[in-house]
Amino acid sequence: MEQFFQQLTNGLAVGGIYALIALGYTMVYGVLKLINFAHGDLFTIGAYLGLTLLTSLSLTDRLGPFWGVVALAAMAMGLVALVGALLERVAYRPLRESPRLSAVVSALGASIFLSNAVMLIYGARFHVYPQDLLPKITLDLFGLQLPLVRVLILAASLVMMTALYLFIQKTRIGTAIRAAAIDQGAARLMGIDVDRVILLVFLIGPALGGVAGVMVGIYYGQINFTMGWTYGLKAFTAAILGGIGNIPGAMVGGLLLGVIEAMGAAYISIAWKDAIAFCILIAILIVRPTGLLGERVAEKV
Amino acid sequence: MLLQVVDLRVKYGNIEVLHGLNLEVKEGEIVTILGANGAGKSTTLLTISGLVKPVSGAIYFGKTSLHKMPAHRVVERGIAQVPEGRRIFNTLTVQENLKLGAFTSSDRARVNRTMEWAYQLFPVLAERRQQLGGTLSGGEQQMLAIARGLMSDPKILLLDEPSLGLAPLLVRTIFQTLREVNRTGVTIVLVEQNAKAALKLAHRGYVMELGQIVLHGNAADLLENPEVQRAYLGAGQ
Repeated sequence: MEQFFQQLTNGLAVGGIYALIALGYTMVYGVLKLINFAHGDLFTIGAYLGLTLLTSLSLTDRLGPFWGVVALAAMAMGLVALVGALLERVAYRPLRESPRLSAVVSALGASIFLSNAVMLIYGARFHVYPQDLLPKITLDLFGLQLPLVRVLILAASLVMMTALYLFIQKTRIGTAIRAAAIDQGAARLMGIDVDRVILLVFLIGPALGGVAGVMVGIYYGQINFTMGWTYGLKAFTAAILGGIGNIPGAMVGGLLLGVIEAMGAAYISIAWKDAIAFCILIAILIVRPTGLLGERVAEKV
Repeated sequence: MLLQVVDLRVKYGNIEVLHGLNLEVKEGEIVTILGANGAGKSTTLLTISGLVKPVSGAIYFGKTSLHKMPAHRVVERGIAQVPEGRRIFNTLTVQENLKLGAFTSSDRARVNRTMEWAYQLFPVLAERRQQLGGTLSGGEQQMLAIARGLMSDPKILLLDEPSLGLAPLLVRTIFQTLREVNRTGVTIVLVEQNAKAALKLAHRGYVMELGQIVLHGNAADLLENPEVQRAYLGAGQ
């Protein structure tokens, strides 16, 4: 039982990270009907920028471990959001009126460009996050010994997801994003500046992806320029699992995928971890291509 | 002149669909645009709203020119459109749809007032305010589309075939409501295939054929016009 709950919480923490990345895929898909293949690389950039900020600004020395990490996350979010907005401007906006396939090819190109840029700047070897970033203590929650970092990561991702959900559901701008996702032309007729909605989506999604990169750095301790590929694919699976284009779906899909993976690794075989995740992707695409919460049929890209 | 369309030309790709269109709307009028499928009626409305850009010609709203303005600014100026096929937001509630109609307005008290008015015009919407738009019947969706168009307190309301696919009784109700709306000072431009109902409602009418205005005049005269009767009112068949 102890092992079960350890795996469950570990799965939820990783799942929270998947969910944050998946939100970027799903929001962009929702508004543009485009899979932003470069999104995984924005996540990588977040992890690397986080490391650079951490070592160059020595945030945790100045602000203490907790606020130092919070400041780090906030700065990484801001910077990756800017990269995301730039990506939209350079790689996607000029192709807005072009056939869908052009934007898909552009997305793939942007992905290769960004991951190679990271490799050229930081090198191809693994980089290591400082191990003493957060105090290595365990919390006793209902008799369960949980590492502090795991609890913090899960809490942070839940807080961000809740904030995003409330923003999308309750605010005027959030409703405008949902409207633009349903029908861009009709949204324009309501006086919504759809270009600005798209820009906003390319700020929010990459910000969440960027902070997820920092979380992976802190949680696993090491990062690599190809990490965006595996995490991107997992998060994409999570987005499909929940129903691509659907925001709560990405959250549920991410958490679920994390838990399934953790359970599979614990009770089947750790070597099969990735295989299990992608079997789920295939199964979902066959059985329920709209995902768990999706209502619209995913279009071909 | 509240709205003036001057020598408007619009192309989709290489095909010109509006060949120098001229149109005028005075303040407080109901003007209807009649014509067969493919005459360019919807294109005309979409161009006025800024969703389609003309290759040449001009659109003036009072003294401001609209033909280069992005669509969301046109709404801010006071021109709302109820588009063809309603295009309500299916997965949003009735109330959210209405709030989006008032997206350009930051005056919350005024938005609430307008919403109450919209609910008075279409009481069925008030009963369904928490329901998703997609769950409404066709007629209710059309009412929602019109109410949503009114939410921005427009000076001009453009309507593209609001009677399409609705039972005759419902069409009469909706047209009566449009007359009521017009009496509050909203100018109405109505694109219709249902020529008889439209001409009975309107003050003036234009007849379009193949991207051009071929006939215009008072609605009462057009109703009597033998050409209009033959082509659009089904007389002599």
